[in-house]
Amino acid sequence: MFKWFKKKDKKKDEIFDKEELIEEKDEAETQEVEDDEIDENINVESTVNELEEGKEEVEDKAPKKISLFEKLMGGLTKTRKDISSKIDNILKSYKKVDEELFDDLEEVLVTADVGVNTTMTLIDNLRERVKEEKVSEPKEVKELLKDEIKKLMTEENMDYKLNIEPSPAIILVVGVNGVGKTTTIGKLAYRLKREGKKVLIAAGDTFRAAAIEQLEEWGNRAGVDVISHSEGADPAAVIFDGIQAAKARKVDVLICDTAGRLHNKSNLMNELNKIFRITEREFNEATKEVLLVLDATTGQNAMNQAKVFNEVANITGIALTKLDGTAKGGVIIALQSELKIPVKLVGVGEGIEDLQPFIVEDFVKAIID
Amino acid sequence: MVFESLSEKLQNALSKLRGKGKLSEKDVDMAMREVRLALLEADVNFKVVKDFVKNVKERAIGSEVMESLTPGQQVIKIVNEELTKLMGEKEAKINFSPSPPTVILMCGLQGAGKTTTSGKLAFNLKKQNKRPLLVACDIYRPAAIKQLEVVGEKVDVPVFTMGNKVNPVDIAKAALEHGKKHGNDVIIIDTAGRLHIDEELMEEIENIHSAVNPQEVLLVLDAMTGQDAVNVAEAFNERLGITGVILTKLDGDARGGAALSLRAVTQKPIKFVGMGEKLDQLEPFHPDRMASRILGMGDVLSLIEKAQANIDAKKALELEKKIRTQQFTFDDFLDQLEQMKSLGPLDQILGMLPGINSKALKGLDVSEKDIIKIQAIIQSMTKKERENPDIIDSSRRKRIARGSGTTVQDVNKLLKQFKETKKMMKKFTDMEKTLKKRGKFGFPFF
Repeated sequence: MFKWFKKKDKKKDEIFDKEELIEEKDEAETQEVEDDEIDENINVESTVNELEEGKEEVEDKAPKKISLFEKLMGGLTKTRKDISSKIDNILKSYKKVDEELFDDLEEVLVTADVGVNTTMTLIDNLRERVKEEKVSEPKEVKELLKDEIKKLMTEENMDYKLNIEPSPAIILVVGVNGVGKTTTIGKLAYRLKREGKKVLIAAGDTFRAAAIEQLEEWGNRAGVDVISHSEGADPAAVIFDGIQAAKARKVDVLICDTAGRLHNKSNLMNELNKIFRITEREFNEATKEVLLVLDATTGQNAMNQAKVFNEVANITGIALTKLDGTAKGGVIIALQSELKIPVKLVGVGEGIEDLQPFIVEDFVKAIID
Repeated sequence: MVFESLSEKLQNALSKLRGKGKLSEKDVDMAMREVRLALLEADVNFKVVKDFVKNVKERAIGSEVMESLTPGQQVIKIVNEELTKLMGEKEAKINFSPSPPTVILMCGLQGAGKTTTSGKLAFNLKKQNKRPLLVACDIYRPAAIKQLEVVGEKVDVPVFTMGNKVNPVDIAKAALEHGKKHGNDVIIIDTAGRLHIDEELMEEIENIHSAVNPQEVLLVLDAMTGQDAVNVAEAFNERLGITGVILTKLDGDARGGAALSLRAVTQKPIKFVGMGEKLDQLEPFHPDRMASRILGMGDVLSLIEKAQANIDAKKALELEKKIRTQQFTFDDFLDQLEQMKSLGPLDQILGMLPGINSKALKGLDVSEKDIIKIQAIIQSMTKKERENPDIIDSSRRKRIARGSGTTVQDVNKLLKQFKETKKMMKKFTDMEKTLKKRGKFGFPFF
């Protein structure tokens, strides 16, 4: 995987033809290899040609499942280190399982944005289990906690796969401002295209300055066409056109961007509802996925966001972004258990490949182990 | 509304104390437990909550409170004071350099709203007769430069760009030169969003910092951020020595715990808050007023300032006279609606009024659409009808409904509301009189 980036860097450097930059990039490269993170390299480059070459190279290197998984783990490492070391420290400092231990565990969970109510439920369940199974070793408590979180999050019949079969499919991407909708769409388009799907994007964010250009750039990178109107146009009309184009071109997946909107703005939510209705009416035969994009750094407000967006647009899945920071995204435990909306994708970086499927087992494991 | 659920929860927790003649330690404990939960649910940092509750408790259990005649009120007063302390006590303004240009460096995570806020800040400074220059240093995010250009155009502020192939440090340096040459006295540098743990990018912004030596380093933070807000602020502060914070998206329904924790942890003031997507919706942050707002004590000062900035003074005087003499007509009402609209979203304004607590506002959905409807109805009335609504009989109502594309029920509703508004106006004028007598905004809060 890194070879690919190095190659691309060289190409880019030639284009830039600036000594300074080469030096910088080299430094950056080594650092990135260490960090197991690839971000800016892709972002800097711009020409389409280059992109297409880059893409071919990716396609050549097909079997890279392991590195993808590593990437997810890499993204979660910080999360893991933070929570886990705390839990380990706490467990080490106790000789027996007592109330104070539970109090401390409670604190750890709350600081991970798990939320007061969910934390209390978890701790209560844990207390029960400890009593029932007569656990006396603080170390064993960790396994139990892991188990309890998993239990809370997993629901029978919960499908963590994107609803895109059979084609045609439409993915409506919604969320509040600045969570990373456009970036997620870029990554998703790239990913689906690599899976051999014919993908089309509709630029429904006609409000924010330069949102359309941003999406078009991502479309370029992924090699996917973007249907757009000008800034200030009616977003519902853009989506309508997107649907007509998707039908005419017989695409497999149409991804619709929407403007970021705070969920307490009723007029904006009404607008979203109109968009949603148009997808229902005009593309009824399509398989539908409504993805709510959530920022992992968001605290308990994520619950409100999910509830309101769900009322307006029938959310079928969640994409959790920015999980490569120190934020723990603990709120999704509550989200999944209370609202029964599965997290389907996680964003772990700014690179075009940094979008991964969400796997509960791995998530819980990565957090606690 | 800002801090809506937090204020509701706190009001609930404290209402149990109100009116109690005697407070036991247990009463305080119970209330503090609820305060603690309310704060935690509002995403206030765990450690901050712990300290806060400890401080309030210590003071509340002290003898001065227990022995006073209204111990419940005393506790509320303490909570208010401690809240204010948490958020910093006074409004913090932008520090301008004695030898211009003043350089302002914007930093923060991805998606916090740096570019939009940069534009808003430029607009704000322009209104203060400054000549700001916006600098596009985000070379990574696609179309980020274009976004700043569009924003700059909207607020009519020049934007300095060098494309996305030049090192941001060099862009910043060149911008400084450019600004000096062109007489810009404030230079606002918009940077790329970066994770506080991204070593490479943090180093880059450190380099920008040392290259331009900014007067202000403003951390832009999303008000919806959870417990991590403190980590982010601490990291940026450590690397760059931030001078203040701009809290964005505060017009959402986030409980804004981040606002409460930030100051406590970094000791850096919140200088502005973003209150909407429009470019004039950046407001100075008044910690003391915000604390009052959280506790449902209203924020009359902000309301008055807002009104002063947006309402035609002459018209207002006329209106005042009319209200006093009870000659308020539909024409005035129409006028007033126009002016209200320029004040901003209605629910925000109502939230600033004392006595209207967040619970009362809940479920009240005053949208701009309703206002448009009301305007249509009034505009379908004849001049006579507007001056004397009493003459509107059922056939007139039918006509008005047809003319405005509404129903008779809507017209009836408006007529009824108008009567009530008139009554309320009278109350307000009475209240104002008592206010003047007292000379201070000493409302009977609870």
